[in-house]
Amino acid sequence: MKRIYKIMMVAVVSAFAFSACQQPANQNETNNNQTKEPLAMKDQSGKYALPELPYAHDALEPYIDKMTMEIHHGKHHQAYVTNLNNAIAGTEMEKMDLMDIFKNMSQYPAAVRNNGGGHWNHTFFWEIMAPNAGGQPSGKLLSAIEKRFESFDKFKEEFAKAGATRFGSGWAWLIVDANGELQVTSTPNQDNPFMDVADVKGQPILGVDVWEHAYYLKYQNRRPEYLENFWSVVNWTEVARRYEEAVK
Amino acid sequence: MTHALPKLPYEPNALEPVISAKTIEFHYGKHHQAYVNNLNKLLPGSPFESASLEDIIKKAEGGIFNNAAQVWNHTFYWESFSPKGGAEPKGKLMEAIEEAFGSFSKFKEEFSQAAATLFGSGWAWLVKNEGEKLEIVKESNAGNPLRSGKKPLLTCDVWEHAYYLDYQNRRPDYIESFWKLVNWSKVESRL
Repeated sequence: MKRIYKIMMVAVVSAFAFSACQQPANQNETNNNQTKEPLAMKDQSGKYALPELPYAHDALEPYIDKMTMEIHHGKHHQAYVTNLNNAIAGTEMEKMDLMDIFKNMSQYPAAVRNNGGGHWNHTFFWEIMAPNAGGQPSGKLLSAIEKRFESFDKFKEEFAKAGATRFGSGWAWLIVDANGELQVTSTPNQDNPFMDVADVKGQPILGVDVWEHAYYLKYQNRRPEYLENFWSVVNWTEVARRYEEAVK
Repeated sequence: MTHALPKLPYEPNALEPVISAKTIEFHYGKHHQAYVNNLNKLLPGSPFESASLEDIIKKAEGGIFNNAAQVWNHTFYWESFSPKGGAEPKGKLMEAIEEAFGSFSKFKEEFSQAAATLFGSGWAWLVKNEGEKLEIVKESNAGNPLRSGKKPLLTCDVWEHAYYLDYQNRRPDYIESFWKLVNWSKVESRL
């Protein structure tokens, strides 16, 4: 987990290289184990920065359209990054790990909560999706899901319901709680389950953005349809990696 | 009692180019309608079955509150507009605005700022408070100033669905254009 927050040249360079040589994915790449570095949340100077998308803007078509990805990543995510840097400029928070701020979120300014959450949540979101993905998890993660929710289908139902019933803007999550158990939860706006203000706390391994900006150009008022199609882009390899890291 | 979707007080394309017919088609035809439908589904068997919308807004919680307030808020929003709107308020309303904010342009600036900085989904409101003075309040999600004893005069919906098809992430552009539609004589009648 910690790795994500480190300022790592290698992460920046490899994320860059990965997107630069991105080819249209073919079916053989489905759910393969692409060993790529986690997206870096900071640049070499130590400022928060917008990570490159780990795939092309149109790579999640037809489930998530190119224009939505361009605006969501290039405008909304960028605005959270810019506003986060502005909110922490000249304060002790500049040198703090975002995770330590999240843990005591209630003691920090709203601008840091909103934009720090916005930056982390979106960086995470890009990583748990992939082109030619979807399907089902396997191995330990599938067993854990079946143990907790009875079946993969019942889990999907509960997760989609959390997303559909989150009133206003927010996120639905699959998390590993302090006891190592899976939980489905949702948070308002750009809060996340790391924050002390969250009703249900834990480490997210899957999340879906249900702000209207995530789906409105393609789905308009039909949030449930967006949530249904989201399953076709879930990168279960990455979700499983995060699960195993969380229960280590 | 069954709540109904009120008729839109103008044609769906009447607010173009500020608000497109397509946005109205979804915002009024789908979102507003869904709040009405949801409310009618939630009310039977609840303590609010025969309550007025205003009473529900003042007293209910959870889904009943959310849907009732969204029904009210949207009706109020549509009624605040006219295809021939814009310009400036007059008479008593202008006096009250100048008294509270210094000038009409300062009021517009402050209201626009409130609408632009409301994080997430919600509404910016011009209200008359218990002391009969005008003020600007921000309400998240379905929030409505009636709940805190304030009288709504004007509102701007800043849920993304209100502007995303026309302005995408550019909420400030939507707010800037919003002023071209405000029906000031209607706002004055609410004083």
